[in-house]
Amino acid sequence: MSTAPSSATATARAAALAPKPTSLRGRRSVLRRLFVLPALVYMALFFGYPLVRNVLMSFQHYTPKTYFTGEAPFNGLDNWRAVFSDELFAHSLWHTAVFTIGSLAGQFTLGLALAVFFSRRFRLSGTIRAVLLLPWLVPMVVSAVVWRRILDQDHGILNSALQALGLTDSGVPWLSSPSVALLSAILVNIWIGIPFNMVILYGGLQEIPRELYEAASLDGASPWRTFRSITLPLLRPVVTVVLVLGFMSTVKILDLILALTSGGPADSTQTLGTVTYQLSFLQLDFGQGAVVGNVLILISAVFAVLYLRANRADFGTGK
Amino acid sequence: MKPSSLRGAWNTTAALLILVLLLFPVYWMLNTALQPDTSTAATDWFPTTLSLSNFEAALSSQGKSLLTSLTVALGSVVVCLALAAPAAYGLAQFGLKGGQTIVFTTLITQMVPGIVIANALYSAYAELGLVNSYLGLILADASLGLPFSIVLLRAFMVAIPGEVIEAALVDGANRFTAFIRIVLPMSRNALITAGLFTFLFAWSDFMFALTLNTTDDVKPITLGIYQFVGAHVSDWGAVMATAVLSAVPAAILLVVAQKYIAAGIAGGSVK
Repeated sequence: MSTAPSSATATARAAALAPKPTSLRGRRSVLRRLFVLPALVYMALFFGYPLVRNVLMSFQHYTPKTYFTGEAPFNGLDNWRAVFSDELFAHSLWHTAVFTIGSLAGQFTLGLALAVFFSRRFRLSGTIRAVLLLPWLVPMVVSAVVWRRILDQDHGILNSALQALGLTDSGVPWLSSPSVALLSAILVNIWIGIPFNMVILYGGLQEIPRELYEAASLDGASPWRTFRSITLPLLRPVVTVVLVLGFMSTVKILDLILALTSGGPADSTQTLGTVTYQLSFLQLDFGQGAVVGNVLILISAVFAVLYLRANRADFGTGK
Repeated sequence: MKPSSLRGAWNTTAALLILVLLLFPVYWMLNTALQPDTSTAATDWFPTTLSLSNFEAALSSQGKSLLTSLTVALGSVVVCLALAAPAAYGLAQFGLKGGQTIVFTTLITQMVPGIVIANALYSAYAELGLVNSYLGLILADASLGLPFSIVLLRAFMVAIPGEVIEAALVDGANRFTAFIRIVLPMSRNALITAGLFTFLFAWSDFMFALTLNTTDDVKPITLGIYQFVGAHVSDWGAVMATAVLSAVPAAILLVVAQKYIAAGIAGGSVK
């Protein structure tokens, strides 16, 4: 069964590889490239061009009139100076850092706890695990809108529940107080990110050989010891990927904040993403927007390197 | 056996509690949407008097946006797969010079923040007349699924034995017909997974919809609901009904295409 077809294909391969007229070979090589070319052109237009253009734009003076006159003269470092001297930029940088670190810490810890829990495999575990994905598949803007209602200070169900339990008298100003709004946004984003973290980490846990756990239990290791000495070290590559992917999608956050708080109250939830949007698309100063965008690219680039390092093993085997 | 089955029951109970806790916002969305009058007073915990009036209001004000989302998402899937499938095949099977670099670049493009793309794309679109057009939004949304699709399809197509394709070539097929007749049907599952995710990405897109449109001509549901809650919300029931409608594709996919989603999450992010 196994020898006959393989010898037949060997013949076939020999025939396919037989010398051919050079012009035909050249044509074949062109044809092969045509398979990849459209995607390459597209990526150059929709990823490469915006990157280059964004750098150029950050040195140009855009005004609301630019799109009528087509004039955006170069203005040196003016945009950069304007952005960096604005307090809002420093604040948004800080908010972005707090939001990203807070979100990742919460998503990852709870996602890992759930992944470990669901690894126990009990009745309905697979179904429940699948249904838990729903919050991640719903458009983020939609989730944010639903949460906006839940977190409403006067009519929201969360405050009603807290008041019924006697935990608060007047209701927490989840989205209306500058000192609470960022925390609320983080909590909502943790909720959105838990399913993703859970699924990837669950996949990673299934790759760990069961024998290791059996050996550990024979040696009388405690569950915590087993988790620290076996689970965490073997899960490390998956952990890196989850955290880096989480970082990339969190640091550029825009949808969630716009729909939840619009960056307010009093700019307390402005992030690099919302500031870029505001500068470019509300104030129509695309030059200054591009400056903040470039800062985002720079931050992302650093973590892209980390991601590729984490992926190196897998990447190296591909052709 | 008894203690272990008892522990199993405890686990199931705990899992159900987690489910209730984590899916509460989804329940609340449905609950609010199904109650007849939610304009001012606090919403009841359960929809004791069911009413579809909110859905009627949602459909009459946002029905067009749902159709727009459907059109744009399907268009993005077509564009994305038409670009990704041949590219993935080329990268998987031809051993092209520079193939490694291309896969590398594809991975990196996933890192480019969308708002940066939108910032530059708006200028280009304004010059090309693509602002407020279906084509413009479809092309931009395809970028959300393309790197993922290429990586996923390539990983799948690497596993197709070269002999199968070469046998077809010997039978007189050229590379292109072999691709259409053999590679695509064999990659069916991976194509479905890539297509489903591209659909979800495009359906969920808010940023391109927000930045590449200045009028209401092309207004997907994500933009519709955002403007709906814009300044002052008086009719939360209708907003929540709109939210439910916009979550329908996700819910359907979760039920119908669960195995493809699991495959996509595993293949697209870890690999």
